[in-house]
Amino acid sequence: MRTIFYIIQKEFKQIIRDKFIGKAIIAMPIVQMLILVYAATFEIKNVDLLIVDRDSSPASVDLSGNFFASRFFHVSVTDPGDKHIKEILDKGKADVVLIIPEGFEKSFHRNNKPALQLIIDAVNGSAGQLMLGYCSSIIMDFNKEIVIKEFGIAEKTAPAIDISSRFWFNPYLNYKIFMAPGILVILVTAIGWFMTGMNLVKEKENGTIEQLNVTPIKKYQFILGKLIPFLIIGLIDLAFGLILARIFFKVPFEGSIFTLFVFATIYLVAVLGIGLFISTVSNTQQQVLFVSFFFLMVFVIMSGLFTSVENMPEWGRAINHLNPLSYFSRVIRMVLLKGSGLNDIRNDILIITGFALATNLLAVWRYKKTI
Amino acid sequence: MVKKFGGFTANHNLNFEVYKGEVFGFLGANGAGKTTAMRILCGLSVPTSGEINVAGYNVYTHAEKIKQNIGYMSQKFSLYEDLTVEENFRFFAGVYKVPPKEIKPRMEETLTNLELLNHRKKLIASLPLGWKQKLAFGVATFHNPGIVFLDEPTSGVDPVARRNFWEQIFKTAERGITVFVTTHYMDEAEYCHRVSIMDQGRIVALDTPQSLKDKYGVDTIFDLFIKIVRQ
Amino acid sequence: MIKAQQLTKKYGTTVALGNVSFQVDEGELFGFIGPDGAGKSTLFRLLTSLLLPSSGKVELFGLDTVKDYKKIREITGYMPGRFSLYPDLSVEENLDFFATVFGTSIQENYHIIHDVYSHIEPFKTRLAGKLSGGMKQKLALSCALIHNPRVLVLDEPTTGVDAVSRKEFWELLRSLKSKGITIIVSTPYMDEAGLCDRVALIHHGRLLTVDKPGAITSSYEKQILGIVADNTYKLLDSLRKYPDVLHAYAFGQQVHYTGRKASADLNNMRAYLGQCGHKDVQIMQIKAGIEDVFIDLVQDRQG
Repeated sequence: MRTIFYIIQKEFKQIIRDKFIGKAIIAMPIVQMLILVYAATFEIKNVDLLIVDRDSSPASVDLSGNFFASRFFHVSVTDPGDKHIKEILDKGKADVVLIIPEGFEKSFHRNNKPALQLIIDAVNGSAGQLMLGYCSSIIMDFNKEIVIKEFGIAEKTAPAIDISSRFWFNPYLNYKIFMAPGILVILVTAIGWFMTGMNLVKEKENGTIEQLNVTPIKKYQFILGKLIPFLIIGLIDLAFGLILARIFFKVPFEGSIFTLFVFATIYLVAVLGIGLFISTVSNTQQQVLFVSFFFLMVFVIMSGLFTSVENMPEWGRAINHLNPLSYFSRVIRMVLLKGSGLNDIRNDILIITGFALATNLLAVWRYKKTI
Repeated sequence: MVKKFGGFTANHNLNFEVYKGEVFGFLGANGAGKTTAMRILCGLSVPTSGEINVAGYNVYTHAEKIKQNIGYMSQKFSLYEDLTVEENFRFFAGVYKVPPKEIKPRMEETLTNLELLNHRKKLIASLPLGWKQKLAFGVATFHNPGIVFLDEPTSGVDPVARRNFWEQIFKTAERGITVFVTTHYMDEAEYCHRVSIMDQGRIVALDTPQSLKDKYGVDTIFDLFIKIVRQ
Repeated sequence: MIKAQQLTKKYGTTVALGNVSFQVDEGELFGFIGPDGAGKSTLFRLLTSLLLPSSGKVELFGLDTVKDYKKIREITGYMPGRFSLYPDLSVEENLDFFATVFGTSIQENYHIIHDVYSHIEPFKTRLAGKLSGGMKQKLALSCALIHNPRVLVLDEPTTGVDAVSRKEFWELLRSLKSKGITIIVSTPYMDEAGLCDRVALIHHGRLLTVDKPGAITSSYEKQILGIVADNTYKLLDSLRKYPDVLHAYAFGQQVHYTGRKASADLNNMRAYLGQCGHKDVQIMQIKAGIEDVFIDLVQDRQG
């Protein structure tokens, strides 16, 4: 046991003494949290909307007015003619075109279903979805008002069933409180993974590992000695990132921080195990970087941090069962935003514990004290 | 001792004994198989066959026991450059399970011996090569091993520091620690109690420097080496 | 001809090389002898225009290393201290690469590298990283020679190489010298000094002396006694305690003793060593070697 302590002590001295790494541990969370959370938000503002009003009726003006009133849209009203509409979208002069056809108002009176045409630039698929959502909700609201006004149905006598939607856990659809935990997951993962990986292989490059290999150090002691310092650093960075998330993005802490740290600890052990394993099979820092970069990239993109896991094909979701990031990114949001407790994430804890055991046993097994 | 790498035999049937407290010179041309043999003795490499005991332990069954009882100084300088002298000592003492209470007094004694006590707070990176080598030697012998293996310890070290280093080797041998050393300085070979000369994976000569010189009719180990290896 | 005048290189407050002046004649084999950290590599990088001096200047055949660095690189062949070829390219590919860089080909300059390259040509398809120490040095030398340089600058070509390969390497240098190539070489092995036409002993960034190796040793004035006894290590200890001692160091099985007086009283010394319990004591007067001189000069400087 004391041997592990000596290794940990040595690692901390080296980390603190390294001018670059020492600073990076503090600087990285700040930069990533403050820049990436703003950059990676899905929120859409200032959508350029062109309204082509061919009806010019009170109803169409009313509808246009509703769009004007929305803070999401930047509205202009002209009719460039059908031929030019495509061009306007192509050139990016408008993101959405709403065409109100002639006879829009009349069809209300005739009790026909009035039609509207929405043309949305959906090059960025998820942005397109969002714009459609925004437009639809405005049109729905308008529809309700019209029904009340036109048919004289007083609000009191309006149908008893009122379908209203509420977004739970993130009532204002604030993307920052969704993204901040996600970015934090990437941050903690990347720091832990890369630092452990590079650290072990650096001993190989410098030749100091040979000196260690002739000592009676046990393999598991060596691996644990390399793992614990970076586990501690990872947890400190997580705490630091959570504080930033709280202060800058008002991320709610619905669940217990203790629960989050229990999971984070096991998760980090698993991830650092991957870093250690990669470095036991590599000979240079370059190899570690390259392999780690590859896996981290795949893990991050598949983790559901940016895209919804539910939209992935079946096989993608199957692969994702092997992706530790997908567990942590789910758990951190469950705990912070929904207030899930240890019992709710029991399965995730069991699975990630399995990961932690597997990756570290692999690392111990692959670390050879002989050449 | 036999060591093969695929079809290549690095060590052909090496037979030798090294006695307690002896300074044993392990000479040979580059690529003659010295490093391979030394690695086997240190438990860094597994031999293909042969019966090998180091410090009374079998290399196949008790490799880790051997490691507790040997010191090793590799060709590549291998203390931590970003730690101080004292921190390096503490770390390796800890790894070798030197009782914590003994570390400080023993470290002071060792550093006094090496004449480096005043520099114990300095980073290894800031020290001249000769000092680094002395320190690496101090670290390798700190846990009082039965044997210390030194792989080209004085390569590139200046003449005075080189001699200081060898004086440390003799002091260590007087303490009863066996010293197993390789070198390319042929004058250093003359300091050894016995030397062996390896060529192409075989030991071709093994005796005291004087007997070898007498046997081959040469004046120096340098001439002896040239004569044997050029054949 | 190569001429350095008061050459100085500082890194911050550290003086890597201080006021170094020397001259190497055309066709000479000139050695810089000194340990690691003496400033040899810094000096060689200044000579090959890889570093700019803090002050002073060097000229190679009338070309200034600062102003005419492009021409200098054409006439110099440089072999850095660390093995600096591509370990993952074959012997031939390495050589071919360096030939191409200098706008020539292996065929064109084969006659120049032949003596060196013929030793490793049988292994030309082998990866450079898989060569033994001695062969690597020969390949590096071939690469430094491929563009037919007037000057060869070799930084510690024999460090870490066994005695036999070292001897062969020096034989190669002699044969290159006979073709009129000027060679500047550095080494930490003092016994290699005798193989140079002239040597400069270098320590802590300063030249201790520059001369023919024979002249350096023969002009050494202090008396050196070579002393042998049954236990060299204890003998050393006793001699260091001898009242008249200046310094005593082991040289092989002998101890070289230098006293304060011009000549020591041998009877007195024998008696002293006898009292200390040494057996089979032999004392003989010996001629100084380069290493004796080096040690003495270094001790002098340290006062």
